[in-house]
Amino acid sequence: MSQTSYPNLPAQAAGGVLLMEDTATGPEGPGGRVAGSRSAAQRRRRVRAVAFHVLILAITVVILYPAVWMLMSSFKPSSDIVGSINLIPTTFTLDNFAKALGGIGGVSFWTFFMNSMILAVASVVGVVLSATVSAYAFARISFPGRGLFFSLMIGTLLLPFHVVIIPQYIIFNNLGLVNSFVPLLAGKFLAAEAFFVFLMVQFMRNLPRELDEAARIDGAGHVRIFRSIMLPLMRPAIITSSIFAFIWSWNDFLGPLLYLKKPDLYSLPIALRLYVDQTSVSDYGAQMAMAVLALLPVLLFFIVFQRYIVDGVATQGLKG
Amino acid sequence: MTLTRDDAQRGTPAPAPGTRTQQKRWRSADVRAGYAFLTPWLLGFLLLTVGPMLASLYLAFTDYNLFRSPSWVGFDNFTALFSDPRYIQSVKVTAVYVLVGTPIKLIAALAVAMLLNLKHSAQGAYRSIFYAPSLIGASVSIAIVWKAMFIDDGMVDKIGQFFGAPAGGWVGNPDMTMPMMILLAVWQFGAPMVIFLAGLKQVPAELYEAASVDGAGAVRKFLKITLPMLSPVIFFNLLLETINAFQVFNSAFIISGGTGGPAGSTLFYTLYLYIRGFTDFQMGYASAMAWVLVLVVGIITAVFFKTSKSWVHYSGETR
Repeated sequence: MSQTSYPNLPAQAAGGVLLMEDTATGPEGPGGRVAGSRSAAQRRRRVRAVAFHVLILAITVVILYPAVWMLMSSFKPSSDIVGSINLIPTTFTLDNFAKALGGIGGVSFWTFFMNSMILAVASVVGVVLSATVSAYAFARISFPGRGLFFSLMIGTLLLPFHVVIIPQYIIFNNLGLVNSFVPLLAGKFLAAEAFFVFLMVQFMRNLPRELDEAARIDGAGHVRIFRSIMLPLMRPAIITSSIFAFIWSWNDFLGPLLYLKKPDLYSLPIALRLYVDQTSVSDYGAQMAMAVLALLPVLLFFIVFQRYIVDGVATQGLKG
Repeated sequence: MTLTRDDAQRGTPAPAPGTRTQQKRWRSADVRAGYAFLTPWLLGFLLLTVGPMLASLYLAFTDYNLFRSPSWVGFDNFTALFSDPRYIQSVKVTAVYVLVGTPIKLIAALAVAMLLNLKHSAQGAYRSIFYAPSLIGASVSIAIVWKAMFIDDGMVDKIGQFFGAPAGGWVGNPDMTMPMMILLAVWQFGAPMVIFLAGLKQVPAELYEAASVDGAGAVRKFLKITLPMLSPVIFFNLLLETINAFQVFNSAFIISGGTGGPAGSTLFYTLYLYIRGFTDFQMGYASAMAWVLVLVVGIITAVFFKTSKSWVHYSGETR
């Protein structure tokens, strides 16, 4: 279970006796017994296959419904949204998007978008830099205190971060850094998100030790081993961490809520919240449009990198 | 999926079994490099975690509002907590959410994982689709959508009425906001499901085959093979989902407009902490709340780890 290369987990044939062979429904064709004589058994298997697909499809519909409803609602006039079960707009309109892109209180949508983008990209840079370096110390160097620090790092994984937000706010406030991106990025550059360090430590531990030892015999120091051997091999872990760092930063709400108080510094989630508070209750259309626009990058990321994301969750137990 | 009891031990440089400490001598180049490489994490740990934790422990015993210097009040904040009806309400709301929502979410996750495990050919796509809500579920966008779907006379309300449920809405109805929040949590069953699925794949098929030969039925196989073999994964999911459930904030904040309403029915612990700390600027009081949360989460974690010895089964060869 602690394998850390992200294998594609090819559908392992033996998945327990409950495994039903696909008789006719699957795309891979009849998964067949030679003789078709046992028609009763075959029929039963077929019924079960149909039941399986019906059930899975029902779950899929329930899962996707809210997202599709949001997307479709963003093309409807506001009066048609609330209470409408219909997905397809009866009147199709782009007004909502025009309104959403118009921004709030004189600040353009693109300002919010750029703020979110700067924060997310800087978070990725910070996380990758700090987590790889720290993980190398944990995974590959022996020095006194390492075990203790490692336990403490694991402890911070489980620590409710609400215990630190008040003093952190006081500190950043005294430093005059409220209304800057520094408080939101400091933790990324200082490896405060232990998940990433942990993920990389796990990954590095599975890389063969012989590599470092050979390099060391050749006279390479830790900096060299880290840069020339570890970093290139860490690619999968770096990609997974970058994706999650981006998405978590993009969706982050509490951080920007605390630290960004000027509209031209708002990230998208904060702008969205202001939008909901300011627009009249009936203007659901524009809210939906803005919600869609705010989610779009995350969804694109997900579509492009879903394998990395889902395998990252499966092998590392990363939270969503 | 590797967060387990013995990780802490695995981190130690293992200075040969004996108790003698100086069996292994540190190479001075390693020591220097070790601390140099660890510097970012160490700085972050000291400046952003340990320092603030100590500060908040101190603040918890003071009256502090960001504008005046803190004044020592002893245990007053803590005693005030338990006579504060809003605080009691926030504890109740959070407890119900954790105790009801988390098991439902995990059972849904396990059920769907087992369903998907039946058929490997269909897995990839469904696994991704089912996981997607976990990625976006805590976003402001989804909170807005949830509110629009569940608003009075909204579409969920209408579907409910179609099936004979009484009208009355969800968002504005204090009795229905909790089910709405739990549905939002359950909708995000994908993350634990993916982890369960990875665990199910590790269960050797021979165990089931042997059980079949012995004439065991599906229920028996589930109870005697699946559950014990999955217990490390169940432990992991239960621990993380419980801890996360204590900290739900975004959706409650958006859906209630930051108030925890109606009638305090969405006044989650962290939302009340935010209101006290950052709306009322009673930062001493909020720090006391934060420390109670840390203690509760700490105790629950300790209980999980302690009891895990009796129900979590680590098979030797998988680790």
